[in-house]
Amino acid sequence: MASMTLYDKLWNSHLVRELDNGTSLIYIDLHFLHEVTSPQAFEGLRLASRKPWRAKANMATPDHNVPTTTSERSRGVEGIVDPVSRIQVKFLDDNCKEFGIEEFEIDDHRHGIVHVIGPEQGRTLPGMTIVCGDSHTSTHGALGSLAHGIGTSEVEHVLATQCLVQKKARNMLVKVNGSLKPGVTAKDVILAIIGKIGTAGGTGYTIEFGGDVIKSLSVEGRMTVCNMAIEAGARAGLVAVDEKTISYLHGRPFAPKGAQWEQAAAYWRTLVSDADASFDAVVELEGGDIVPQVSWGTSPEMVAPVTGHVPDPASASSEAKKGNYQQALKYMGLSAGTPIQQIKLDRVFIGSCTNSRIEDLRAAAAVVKGRTVAANIKEALVVPGSGLVKAQAEKEGLDQVFKAAGLQWREPGCSMCLAMNADQLEPGEHCASTSNRNFEGRQGFGGRTHLVSPAMAAAAAVFGHFVDIRDVKLL
Amino acid sequence: MRKFVTEKGLVLPLDRANVDTDYIIPKQFLKSIKRTGFGKNLFDEARYLDKGLPDQECTGRPLNPDFVANQPRYKGASILLARENFGCGSSREHAPWALDDYGIRCIIAPSYADIFFNNCVKNGILLIVLDEKIVDQMFRETEATPGYTLSVDLAAQTLTKSDGSVIKFDVETSRKHILLNGLDDIGLTMQHADAIKTFEQQHQLKAPWLFG
Repeated sequence: MASMTLYDKLWNSHLVRELDNGTSLIYIDLHFLHEVTSPQAFEGLRLASRKPWRAKANMATPDHNVPTTTSERSRGVEGIVDPVSRIQVKFLDDNCKEFGIEEFEIDDHRHGIVHVIGPEQGRTLPGMTIVCGDSHTSTHGALGSLAHGIGTSEVEHVLATQCLVQKKARNMLVKVNGSLKPGVTAKDVILAIIGKIGTAGGTGYTIEFGGDVIKSLSVEGRMTVCNMAIEAGARAGLVAVDEKTISYLHGRPFAPKGAQWEQAAAYWRTLVSDADASFDAVVELEGGDIVPQVSWGTSPEMVAPVTGHVPDPASASSEAKKGNYQQALKYMGLSAGTPIQQIKLDRVFIGSCTNSRIEDLRAAAAVVKGRTVAANIKEALVVPGSGLVKAQAEKEGLDQVFKAAGLQWREPGCSMCLAMNADQLEPGEHCASTSNRNFEGRQGFGGRTHLVSPAMAAAAAVFGHFVDIRDVKLL
Repeated sequence: MRKFVTEKGLVLPLDRANVDTDYIIPKQFLKSIKRTGFGKNLFDEARYLDKGLPDQECTGRPLNPDFVANQPRYKGASILLARENFGCGSSREHAPWALDDYGIRCIIAPSYADIFFNNCVKNGILLIVLDEKIVDQMFRETEATPGYTLSVDLAAQTLTKSDGSVIKFDVETSRKHILLNGLDDIGLTMQHADAIKTFEQQHQLKAPWLFG
């Protein structure tokens, strides 16, 4: 048999039928739902008198819209002050009941960001096809599953048919060689990759992340990398299965047990690209060259090393790029040549499906321990990715470290990553954020986002500006 | 789904690369549980000077005079001319819903983000990919010519300018077929229900843990 990439294997094992015109019917093993992109899909099912094809292949949780203050959360869905948000969350509860779909409701201790709880619960398994009405579904590819975001029409399509009509993407390998220097994290790796290939560099591809650096990352770190594959234009990101993947899943609530576990694990070990598999595109980076990254503009490709400067538009590689840079600098209120470490900051956000897992919180807590939030920082939020992450962090005393330093310890949700709830920037404010998008207005009308790793965000909170995390001593 | 066969309309030039879906429709409007009514908030942060709120009446809001769509000459445009990587970012289908509700039936750009592209097809919006040089030329012509219109014929895969000159465009056969006939995707897939059931049974034999 011809050698195959991991993506080829996942595609072939879910191919129901090749259709005319170069498209294929692909079977979907797992479908995550949340409150924002599902209401119209459920309504569509009702209008057409359709039922879910396999209700058990779906799992729901409200995350985008939920408040994160303990006062609002202590009263469950009724505690949501914003009436429009409350209706949307209730609508998800009602729809899940009507259609027999399992939901971790807002007050369930396992509730959280859908891309955090999927792997945490062992719902996400290697070899699966996974979709969700959210572009950061690519996160789940870190466990060797083929996972990508879809729109609401496709949410309805998957609910009704358990399939999607798809055109196969091309194969790209992004290989990060060597090893990372201390202080450089998975977030810096993915920001450096996007900086290199651009936000459309992966359009039309599925990206497999490989090389020694990716192998050395923890499963949570790999999730951070795959999470932002979409920011490089690729709908899906992948990491090959290894023993780390398998031990990560062992014992998780929804992971197979007993003889089935052995059978599954044996299959999962085959989920790697064949040694001689060919890719349509290969990009290589040297891990040792990657420096902690900070985004300075309004697109995730606009990144600079923390030791660098805001670039001069005149240095852009094309006229079009020059225009983009000028537009970005205007929106960000920055001038060319400003050292990254002199950008004035107003807020800090530690959270999101990119960086809200326990390892992220440990890294952030280690930096703030024994320090206090700088006077110019109006607010620094720490929003754990799930109720279980929160509980674990509290068990380790991380919440006390954050609170002692003056950061706010919140309830789980998407929060200020997309600012659909009350956690928002004011116009003109600069935020050091561990989230994934720095688009205009993303974190609030007129808000200015700088994407960084959890340790870099924590350091920004206590020093009041960006610092090179490699120079920060842990107290 | 609504068909797309032909469209003759005014062209709105949005001269900006990497337009993301947050720019097309900001998140506060995603709280709606409906598919309609997003047009008044299309490009909300660029179009108005104040911060828009869900369910807000927009007629009295201060317009940004510098935003291209607010120029009277582009009122009623149904064809959007855009730059590369249009529609990147979030998977929100509210973006095509907002474009559609505003009256946009067709977009012309050098490239699009993948998820956005799919979402548009599902809503009967035709996305045309043209070479960057041709798009550049169209930007110049649109800006220089008040009332600049184009005629799109999907069956013939042609764009006709008002001077009669014709530009051919490519479109995938499957997407062309769906758009021309306004086909219901779910209904089409359901025609393969037996194949899906057969696949599912074999899949369960190979990977029983997925069906626990």
